[in-house]
Amino acid sequence: MKLSKEIHKELYLKMNQTREFEETAARLFVEGKVHGTAHFCIGEEATGVGVCSALEVEDYILQTHRGHNQGIGKNMDINKMMAEFRGKATGYCKGKGGCMHIADFSVGSLGANGVVGGGLPIATGAALKQKYNKEKNITVCFFGDGASNEGAFHESLNLASVWKLPVLFVCTNNLYGMSTPVSKSMNIEDISIRAASYGIKGIALDGNDVVNIYEETLKAKEYILENGPMLMVLNTYRWMGHSKSDAQIYRTKDEVKEWKEKCPIKQHKKFILENKIMTEDELVAIGKQAVEDIEKAVEFAENSPEPRIEDIFDDVYA
Amino acid sequence: MREITYAQAINEAMSEEMRREKNLIFMGEDIGLYGGAFGVSKGMFEEFGPERILDTPITELAITGCAAGASMTGLRTIVEIMFSDFMTLAMEQLANQAAKNRFQFGGQGSVPMVLRAPGGSGTGAAAQHSQSLEAWVAHVPGLKVVIPSTPADAKGLLKASIRDDNPVVFLEQKLLYRVKGEVPDLDEDFIIPLGKADIKREGKDVTIITYGRMVQRCIKVAEEFAKDGVEIEVVDIRTLVPLDKETLISSAKKTGKVLVVHEACQTGGFGGELVSVVVESDAFFYLDAPVKRLGGLDVPIPYNPGLEALVVPTEEKITAAIKDLL
Ligand SMILES: Cc1ncc(C[n+]2csc(CCOP(=O)(O)OP(=O)(O)O)c2C)c(N)n1
Ligand SMILES: [Mg+2]
Repeated sequence: MKLSKEIHKELYLKMNQTREFEETAARLFVEGKVHGTAHFCIGEEATGVGVCSALEVEDYILQTHRGHNQGIGKNMDINKMMAEFRGKATGYCKGKGGCMHIADFSVGSLGANGVVGGGLPIATGAALKQKYNKEKNITVCFFGDGASNEGAFHESLNLASVWKLPVLFVCTNNLYGMSTPVSKSMNIEDISIRAASYGIKGIALDGNDVVNIYEETLKAKEYILENGPMLMVLNTYRWMGHSKSDAQIYRTKDEVKEWKEKCPIKQHKKFILENKIMTEDELVAIGKQAVEDIEKAVEFAENSPEPRIEDIFDDVYA
Repeated sequence: MREITYAQAINEAMSEEMRREKNLIFMGEDIGLYGGAFGVSKGMFEEFGPERILDTPITELAITGCAAGASMTGLRTIVEIMFSDFMTLAMEQLANQAAKNRFQFGGQGSVPMVLRAPGGSGTGAAAQHSQSLEAWVAHVPGLKVVIPSTPADAKGLLKASIRDDNPVVFLEQKLLYRVKGEVPDLDEDFIIPLGKADIKREGKDVTIITYGRMVQRCIKVAEEFAKDGVEIEVVDIRTLVPLDKETLISSAKKTGKVLVVHEACQTGGFGGELVSVVVESDAFFYLDAPVKRLGGLDVPIPYNPGLEALVVPTEEKITAAIKDLL
């Protein structure tokens, strides 16, 4: 498969936007503009961006708490994302959700989740609807290595398997669930072998190789529409702490450094230059655009109104 | 007396009990070297080691059931659920197994376990990390339910909970973890029995019945009213199950005016139970006004900090409710 220049542009831009979004979000915390917490996916940009860019609007995604890459990958509006992060009325969830609960049904994002593993059963339902209506689309469910130890993971894979539901289960394995290394939370190294228990296909990929993830997602979609669900494990690493407050006593600086060398953005850049898909100047321009996009989003959010207490009962019920 | 934080008080209670009782173990997510999501168990892994301080995978149902099984068969257990919202994942083992085991098997065994979990809003963590779910567990016979409002209460009540032979749901308050208060010296074996309310402020004009984070807020309001000569009694129930009905009833008789305050959503909240205790008793004949209830608005906790602060009882709302009563 040879991806077009347009696709490479898209992937490179989205990964840069994600990184810029999060670095800016981290700054906003320091400036005291945001309360609460956030979970950053810096270092994992290729996972959400690679998978979601390969989907159509009609394909659904279920996001995680660490899902800015998934949202941007699925073409969410960055202004509305930033406004939600700031708790503003113009945000995706009218300031009621925050970045742990962000959704854009119009682009197929059925929402991020604050509950580890919370999206897995929901994904089976969305896929059931797609199957029921004989749609040619799939549901992609993101979750972490830690989440794969929850009952929800095992029950959902089994249900999806016996009902042949069109779900792509995407496990972002960043080697830790909060402070707990994968080696202490499960007795296997390759999470994709869990698929075998449910009689479905499982694959493990380099989670920092955006091009390969994109291509494999296209193939997976085709496979799933024919054969039913599949488990795709993306092996990667989170550069930042688990959330805003994390002293990171559970890992070494060397380990972090090692993974920073495998930066998904750098890797993609190298690929583009080596294959002469774009020039250095073109890539710099894309980087600049990402910065500008986020600056605009920050401004949009800053100038947006706060939600009103008078509207608090809106949306509790339909 | 020395002052320590609410989090330190909980840590002391667990550590003291673990030193005393070799059959006591503690399990939860990231409670080991990491010290727990809120730092409550800092230092315990170093002291008691990996056999007694068990870092678990993310698997609330299994942790809770594992604790119940170990407790049924002779160990005593403490489980930490990182946010009380995730009790919902543990609920089957907690409500159907741990709570019912002794009764349904005709008293053959007991389940001496404590499930600790922080609840409450105010941290910007939004709808799935901010709930006050005490009414869910108070509704299940077989479970005891504790919510301490001060470091001293946290310590004394947790030690009592650990020594109790029943499953106890010990609901901590996130926003109180860093709050300091006086706690008896370390050499004292400081126990507060479950089922005893505490009059946190005496008064003769109005009774506020409350618990948890709202206790301090109600005391603050009471102090404002005291400036105008209105003396409010603040009763902290401390344990929802078993409930110290006598203290509530006698305070209601004394003042003749009762306001119930809690952070949890009002509809179906534990406040309804507290009101019933008062009006079903002979205190009814002493009442000068209908008993009032003030809970959180019936909405999920919103993310925006301005909204988040306004969906729970504020000082202004408590003040207005008292004025209504007077
Ligand atoms: C049911 C549940 N348990 C615990 C938590 C607290 N928590 C939030 S994120 C997290 C770690 C999740 O690990 P993983 O699934 O690997 O995702 P990652 O954070 O590494 O992206 C934990 C324990 C939660 N939000 N929900
Ligand atoms: Mg992880």
